Amino acid sequence: MTLARAIDVTRRYGSVVALDHVSLDVHTGELVGLLGPNGAGKSTLVNLLTGVRRPSAGRVELCGGDPRDPGTRKVLGVTPQETGLPSALRVGEVVDFVRAHFPDPLGRDELLDRFGLGDLVRRQTGGLSGGQKRRVAVALAFVGRPRIVFLDEPTTGLDVAARHALWDGVRQFHAEGGTVVLTSHYLEEVEALARRVVVVGNGRVLADDSVASVRGLVAIRRVSLTSAVPVPDLPGVVGTERDGDRTHLLTADADRLVRDLVSCDVPFHDLEVRPTSLEEAFLTLTAA
Amino acid sequence: MSSLALTHARFQLIETVRMPMALVGSAFFPAASMIFFVVPFLGSNPEWATTATASMVTFVVMSSNLFQYGIGVAEDRAQPWDPYARTLPVGAAPRFLGRILAGLALMTLSLIPVIVIAAVLTEATVTPGQFLAALGVTVVSAVPFTLMGLAIGYSLPTKAAVVLAQVLFLPLAFGGGLMTGPGNAPGFIETIAPYLPTGAAVRLMWAAVGDFAVQPASVAALVAWTVAFAGVAGWAYRRDEGRRFS
Repeated sequence: MTLARAIDVTRRYGSVVALDHVSLDVHTGELVGLLGPNGAGKSTLVNLLTGVRRPSAGRVELCGGDPRDPGTRKVLGVTPQETGLPSALRVGEVVDFVRAHFPDPLGRDELLDRFGLGDLVRRQTGGLSGGQKRRVAVALAFVGRPRIVFLDEPTTGLDVAARHALWDGVRQFHAEGGTVVLTSHYLEEVEALARRVVVVGNGRVLADDSVASVRGLVAIRRVSLTSAVPVPDLPGVVGTERDGDRTHLLTADADRLVRDLVSCDVPFHDLEVRPTSLEEAFLTLTAA
Repeated sequence: MSSLALTHARFQLIETVRMPMALVGSAFFPAASMIFFVVPFLGSNPEWATTATASMVTFVVMSSNLFQYGIGVAEDRAQPWDPYARTLPVGAAPRFLGRILAGLALMTLSLIPVIVIAAVLTEATVTPGQFLAALGVTVVSAVPFTLMGLAIGYSLPTKAAVVLAQVLFLPLAFGGGLMTGPGNAPGFIETIAPYLPTGAAVRLMWAAVGDFAVQPASVAALVAWTVAFAGVAGWAYRRDEGRRFS
């Protein structure tokens, strides 16, 4: 069954086209990563699918209904931005407030325990650390026993242990049959959780495939070396990063680049050639 | 739906009570004015104490609604929590109704000290009929000031709303004759006061609690202000919905 669907959707803000004829189907039980730089259109797409905004053209559906209709949103869970929690309210009160909107919500303590937040129940949200706020925000998406959740950058700013605890919570929801749409620029997160990746750039879907395929789509290698002198401009290099005297070069043809480095007499050591991370794949895709 | 409006109102009240500065503005200042000005200077004269209390009640109705809605709504609009609340399975109505209910509750809370001080520490006196009439005027005159607050809150960003509410508040209070008794304001104020929303409201209040005559032109001005504020508030609300949620 298709839980969330965008059919040839266009969204304009004045003369700016944020989404340009985008179609997307999210099926029951999927865990989809929605990737794109700021301004790519992923927030707009999420706002359309969660009923905050309406498309300029085309149609969006949530469980076969219009997400602008409040009744349709009973199956929906969304994370607020962590900066948006009402700072004077206690964590337990915020949970109770959200619970009041759903017909069959999770119990307050059950929810807080599931996300390891039980000891924060009496704390005002304004006094929480950034990581704690983030965990509360993610937990709120699950209050109404949703069939589909939209998680916006769920673990940005969390330490490693908290991030893994949160990922476990998301995986548990998914294992029980829940559907997840995850937006992130944080690519390790998408690689860790999602099976399917949708890359959005300039208002269009640039790629929609498995994590491995999206990475394979752009067979870019990362060539890293340490050199006391600046590396000259070489053909085939699509990106350069410097980190002290360490230089990272992105190229489609690593063999040729290494030969060129040798033939140009660049004095280098600690040469390293690696496949790209999803992040680099994604930069290449959105730059195209 | 109605219970959700109450839920929204309850949480807004909790938020307000936890930030007591908001209460100081609407409740402390009128109570302090009663104690420092009305009680020592007018308290022993029943007629003066009664009209001064009526003026102070009008002052509370104006200032609490102006600040509650003007600044409260502008702050809400700036918070990312607002768009999040729109993804919950309800429309915009409970949140809006909840804000109105919370505003009325805070106005009532701010009125209580004024009434109690007037009853206990001054010679101010009203008959039960006059009290009910004053209650009616309070409810009716809360409408234009609520709409004025909403018009400001929905049309301006927070900082501008705070400034405008503060800039409006004193001229409205003095210009409407709330700080002076009936007929005692400086000449030009006596001329314009009946046609300002505060002056028109306080004249109805004076008429409710004493033998002050209702001025039809002044009542017409209050109706005109109400219609005008409703127009601006409605326009600003729709514009805000269009910008953020369409």
